[in-house]
Amino acid sequence: MKRPLALTGKYTSLVAAALVVLLPLLVVLFASFKTRGEYGASGPLDPPSNWFNLENFVVAFTSGRMALGFWNTGLILIVSLIGTIIIGTMTAYALDRFDFRGKRLVFFLFLAATLVPGVTTQVATFQIVKGLGLVNTPWSAIILYMGTDIISIYIFVQFMQSIPKSLDEAALVDGASRFTIYRKIILPLLAPAIATVVIIKGIGIYNEFYIPFLYMPSRDLAVISTALFNFKGPYGANWEVIAAGTMIVIIPTVIVFLALQRWIYNGVTAGATK
Amino acid sequence: MKLRSVNRLTPWLYSAAALILLITFTYVPVANMIGYSFTDWDGLSSERDLVGLDNYVKVFTDPRYWQVFLVSMYYFVASFAQIAIALYFATVLSFKTRFRNFFKGVLFFPYLLNGVAVGFVFLYLFQPGGTLDTVLGFFGIQDTPHWLGDPDIANISLASTSVWRFTGLTFVLFLGAIQSIPGELYEAAEIDGANRWQQFRFIIAPGIKRIISLSFILAISGSLSVFEIPFVMTNGANGTSTFVIQTVQTAFYFQRVGLASAMAVVLLVIVLVITWIQRRIVPDEDVTLS
Repeated sequence: MKRPLALTGKYTSLVAAALVVLLPLLVVLFASFKTRGEYGASGPLDPPSNWFNLENFVVAFTSGRMALGFWNTGLILIVSLIGTIIIGTMTAYALDRFDFRGKRLVFFLFLAATLVPGVTTQVATFQIVKGLGLVNTPWSAIILYMGTDIISIYIFVQFMQSIPKSLDEAALVDGASRFTIYRKIILPLLAPAIATVVIIKGIGIYNEFYIPFLYMPSRDLAVISTALFNFKGPYGANWEVIAAGTMIVIIPTVIVFLALQRWIYNGVTAGATK
Repeated sequence: MKLRSVNRLTPWLYSAAALILLITFTYVPVANMIGYSFTDWDGLSSERDLVGLDNYVKVFTDPRYWQVFLVSMYYFVASFAQIAIALYFATVLSFKTRFRNFFKGVLFFPYLLNGVAVGFVFLYLFQPGGTLDTVLGFFGIQDTPHWLGDPDIANISLASTSVWRFTGLTFVLFLGAIQSIPGELYEAAEIDGANRWQQFRFIIAPGIKRIISLSFILAISGSLSVFEIPFVMTNGANGTSTFVIQTVQTAFYFQRVGLASAMAVVLLVIVLVITWIQRRIVPDEDVTLS
């Protein structure tokens, strides 16, 4: 029972949506390959005359100090992710595998914190980070990424609930310490949850703009988001260079998405419906 | 039982780091913020004076401060469009479709992009004589407004950018919910002669009620805390300043931490109330913690 009209409508709408998503990105890609004169003379929808004109990319990469941006982002990303995983899995271990007084209070504290919109409390958080002397150091971003991450603790707790407690008990009987159980049994079995957290948090840190913008104004500490944002002033009219800078930021996301699609869908769903 | 005989301190040791970070960077700031909101502190000097409710009075009476709430209305209305678009494509793609994964990926992909990059992409799109004007030109529309310069249009342009960026997330959440509906239901419905609309109306819609209502709540708090897109694209000019932009500027550019804290407290209270209402309307079956 095929109704050609409905089918046509369906595919037309899908193709239209794909165009709406891709066209804005495609024209920026076009612009990034155009020379200064060519950019002025051609319309936005005209493809570049030379697809191998990488000059804008070179200019964006060098004078936009994007290598430094990638380096800083990478450093902050790795340290924050390692910290999040250690802190998050240990907390989840305490919350799922121990019964202790005050456990409900701890749960409540973590739950209630998810309701506080981080963007607004920065007014007061800033004073604390300043008081700790961390403003304009990478540690400000690292400690905030680790300290405000409650979603990963949830993902770890939920996943840990599916690891049978009999494993812990058997190990205890064999004389293993609590830490050995965490280190040798729980942590390896949490690998899929860790992968999920690495992916969604990694993407989140790569894209984060607000925290580095606020806490690390020094140009030497620019991460990829703030490095790109800094194109706004000096390159105000040089759209072909800004376009190249934008593409430099987008390309890693495209690669990660194509490589890890399935993981990303699962991770995003797990992270958002908390 | 052996599990009970552990040292009572052990669980606290495992959760100490997380708790210290949580308290230092969430609870202490919230408490401080409430404290600041009753003072005229500038964030720098060591002295601050209590001013009572002055800051709150200002937030609600000075049009410069409460008008930003009207801006969130644009984003709130836009999020209805976002939910509708997401629902349509999630439904369409839950049935057999050619290039299904391609379309799913394309629709979702903008959500993963860096916000600053999205801001630049749309600054370029909305330029006078830019992509949008050129495309509209093909359809014979010549007299286009200044998409970001005209205060009547700017918020609509920015809210549309926001729809472009976030529809993918809503869509994937809906699609996941639809696909968790057992396939036999559709088969049974087809045997009974139900058409696609009836399948949507009686199988899909009830099955994803919870995620849809969750999306509406997220839409409210999301439209109140819009920041990146207008900050990158217009820096709040032409009447596009949002509540968060206003708060940040008040605190960090104008050094009025007391006033900014009052604004932040107002936003926090609104979000808490909305979440509380949501918990009442939609009981959260999925909470498995505790």
